[in-house]
Amino acid sequence: MKTFNYHSAKDVKEASKLASSNSAFLAGGMTTIPSMKLGLASYKDIIDIKRIKKLSGIKVSGKTVTIGATTKHSEVASSKDVKKAIPSLAALAEGIGDPQVRNRGTIGGSIANNDPAADYPSACIALNATIHTNNRSIDAEKFFRGMFETCLKSTEVIEAIEFSIPEKSSYQKLPNPASRYAIIGVYVAKHKTGINVGVTGAKSCVYNDKDLAGALTKNFSSSAIDSVKISSSGMNSDIHASSDYRANMVKAFAKKAVDAC
Amino acid sequence: MTKIALEVNGKKVTKDISDHTTLSELLRDILNLTGTHIGCDTSQCGACVVHVDGKSIKSCTALAADLDGSKVTTIEGLASNGKLHPMQEAFKKMHGLQCGFCTPGMVMSAVDLLKNKKNPSDQEIRDWLEGNICRCTGYHNIVAAVKEAASKM
Repeated sequence: MKTFNYHSAKDVKEASKLASSNSAFLAGGMTTIPSMKLGLASYKDIIDIKRIKKLSGIKVSGKTVTIGATTKHSEVASSKDVKKAIPSLAALAEGIGDPQVRNRGTIGGSIANNDPAADYPSACIALNATIHTNNRSIDAEKFFRGMFETCLKSTEVIEAIEFSIPEKSSYQKLPNPASRYAIIGVYVAKHKTGINVGVTGAKSCVYNDKDLAGALTKNFSSSAIDSVKISSSGMNSDIHASSDYRANMVKAFAKKAVDAC
Repeated sequence: MTKIALEVNGKKVTKDISDHTTLSELLRDILNLTGTHIGCDTSQCGACVVHVDGKSIKSCTALAADLDGSKVTTIEGLASNGKLHPMQEAFKKMHGLQCGFCTPGMVMSAVDLLKNKKNPSDQEIRDWLEGNICRCTGYHNIVAAVKEAASKM
């Protein structure tokens, strides 16, 4: 790993001030540290935000669940409040990586990284999340821009993610048997205001499948999905799964998610 | 360089370390605790699992600098007064290892599992050990060892 200067920021203001185009914020480090070891990334400054107390924790209000950026996957998975308000979100957290990764990895880190096969981005899309940073609030649909790309600026710190509590929801994924990353993952959520179908793993970036959501708006049952054609165009194709296979699995797992709602 | 103070296996340690030193490097290269192994070095294989503040983590993917003030337990910290920990005994009794490279990480993960769940099922053990890779045993005897330890702890 190339050398860098390590800073432990005491508050968000200090973290933002230390940041530059040649720095990275460090939360769990589950992607940042291996990426630096593999030579895929290098930074002059690593700014640790784990000791900033206000960035961690879970709050449930009447209509939303707000999770601090440095809250760990294991904390979301075991939270009684999350299990009660949005059980599918706690289940998603329980399915990320392995126990040691869940003991370190954070929700803010996961969405800032925006890995095309990460689980949390699909939750943000399905649960109409608002991403609160130190200087603005961003709708999830605008936050995720492309492969490993978000609209965050280099000095911008995610503070919390606010999820709308749906009437019903379910996240179903086809995990890679080795890494547990989603070959595809489908998050179906039915809100009073409409239905979202967040899909991860299938394309270069998470997306809301409007065709599936449209069919489910007319008739919220897995049979409503039968007639939806899912195109494999633009879908990932790799040693784990071809694009045609992924397209078929998106449909199959969307049905599974609706049945589990 | 960053100065850190932490507790490793009950002993206070104060060191000046390079900012990019990982916990696994601190343990192995600076503190000579070579029981913690480095396999993949990118948090997939689990050979480097240790406990930090009571929770199992992969030490190859934690910066030592950010663990200032933490309590670390490694495989060397399990046995007390020359007596193996029940999990170590169980791995020995049930032949839960062959080459032994993955064993320190397996044992540390398994000890953390039993802290959270006293009598895990086969499936729960297999799920929990998902981040620990063994290339010799086929896992069967590892699961048997964890069950054996659960019955003794």
